Amino acid sequence: MIDKIVASTAAAVDGIENGSTVMIGGFGTAGIPFELIDALIAQGARELTIVNNNAGNGETGLAALLAARRVRKIVCSFPRQVDSQVFDALYRAGEIELELVPQGNLAERIRAAGAGIGGFYTPTGYGTLLAEGKETREIDGRHYVLEHPIHADYALIRAERADRWGNLTYRKTARNFGPIMASAARCTIVQAHAVVALGALDPEAIVTPGIFVKRVVEVASTMPLIAPGAEA
Amino acid sequence: MQKFSRDQMAALVAHDIPEGATVNLGIGLPTMVANHLPKDREILLHSENGLLGMGPAPAPGHEDPDLINAGKQPVTLLPGGSYFHHADSFAMMRGGHLDFCVLGAFQVSVHGDLANWHTGAPDAIPAVGGAMDLALGAKRVVVMMEHLTRSGESKVVERCTYPVTGLGCVDRIYTDLAVLDVTPRGLAVVQLAEGMTLGELSRLSGVELAMAA
Repeated sequence: MIDKIVASTAAAVDGIENGSTVMIGGFGTAGIPFELIDALIAQGARELTIVNNNAGNGETGLAALLAARRVRKIVCSFPRQVDSQVFDALYRAGEIELELVPQGNLAERIRAAGAGIGGFYTPTGYGTLLAEGKETREIDGRHYVLEHPIHADYALIRAERADRWGNLTYRKTARNFGPIMASAARCTIVQAHAVVALGALDPEAIVTPGIFVKRVVEVASTMPLIAPGAEA
Repeated sequence: MQKFSRDQMAALVAHDIPEGATVNLGIGLPTMVANHLPKDREILLHSENGLLGMGPAPAPGHEDPDLINAGKQPVTLLPGGSYFHHADSFAMMRGGHLDFCVLGAFQVSVHGDLANWHTGAPDAIPAVGGAMDLALGAKRVVVMMEHLTRSGESKVVERCTYPVTGLGCVDRIYTDLAVLDVTPRGLAVVQLAEGMTLGELSRLSGVELAMAA
């Protein structure tokens, strides 16, 4: 029997090795797997490379992981924010490496990894500081930059519902990086608001098929659960 | 001379967005365009974090942390709206599916080069977000900005001195002094604020300008 459900967030993050590349989903207040990040902090893996759109906000979540000195490098599009003080201090002290990637290139590089693409030419960033030193090519009169996929050892993402095969649905803009990160990591770990019986998810509505998911833990957050067919 | 107010600038942009258009409004000044969209046109707003058919801000107490825009503010979704993941969202932009994009800027050059992501200051922590994607993110990319900096320097320039976001990507510039089109022959003035003259605008801008044909 295939059963990807694990009993706790600690079991979900078990075995994440020092030096791993870990993708973490979420954008703004939406879709951040806070409980999995807390479990990763408790688990103790160090020298991590983190892939996320931002570099942590306030003192919780990714910012707490940074503050615990577990992160060697961060790959993101928008580190500097009004409440990114933890990252800012580490960066200014030279204690964290930053790879800055335009947001759409970040998404496409993650997607490419999951899709087995070896690289792709994108117009985004051509002629800018962020394309310096990169291979370029003119195709049909337009300029493009060669970008490479971002693979990960682990992805930590948050979903709305999951079943024991790892099929997932998301809630509103909390979907953001979840589906692409799920496909780009060797081991995708999901915290779902609710685990439901196999067959309870409408196959037409499953966003991430279970093939992309290795472990699921149920974390009933304080977020309102939307009843099927009653989408607000 | 009567400068265009921010609301007037937003109304000028909104007036130029056609019926049926899909539109991304950048963070800052461009978000004001949403308040001026003509009520008789069906215009769909896109937000790059993953929604199309974005509605206005929710009533107080009805904010949903799972429903936000790219500026990370709570929003709503109109009937018919949809959610999608980041790669699909940027495919809509990069793939030329979006019709219209409105951006703020530090500088725009006479060739339509855009600088709006980084001041280049040595102690600045760089952050780019979706700026470079948005610069190429629609069939028509327009900029909305004050014409001059606080110290009176023109933000319309011969060549960007700030690090560029994209090359040759801007189609039209809306400022508090004028509306300018980027053309192969340089900038063409489409509209001037009341009391502004072509000669005075050229002098303030420090670049050569012509009236649009």
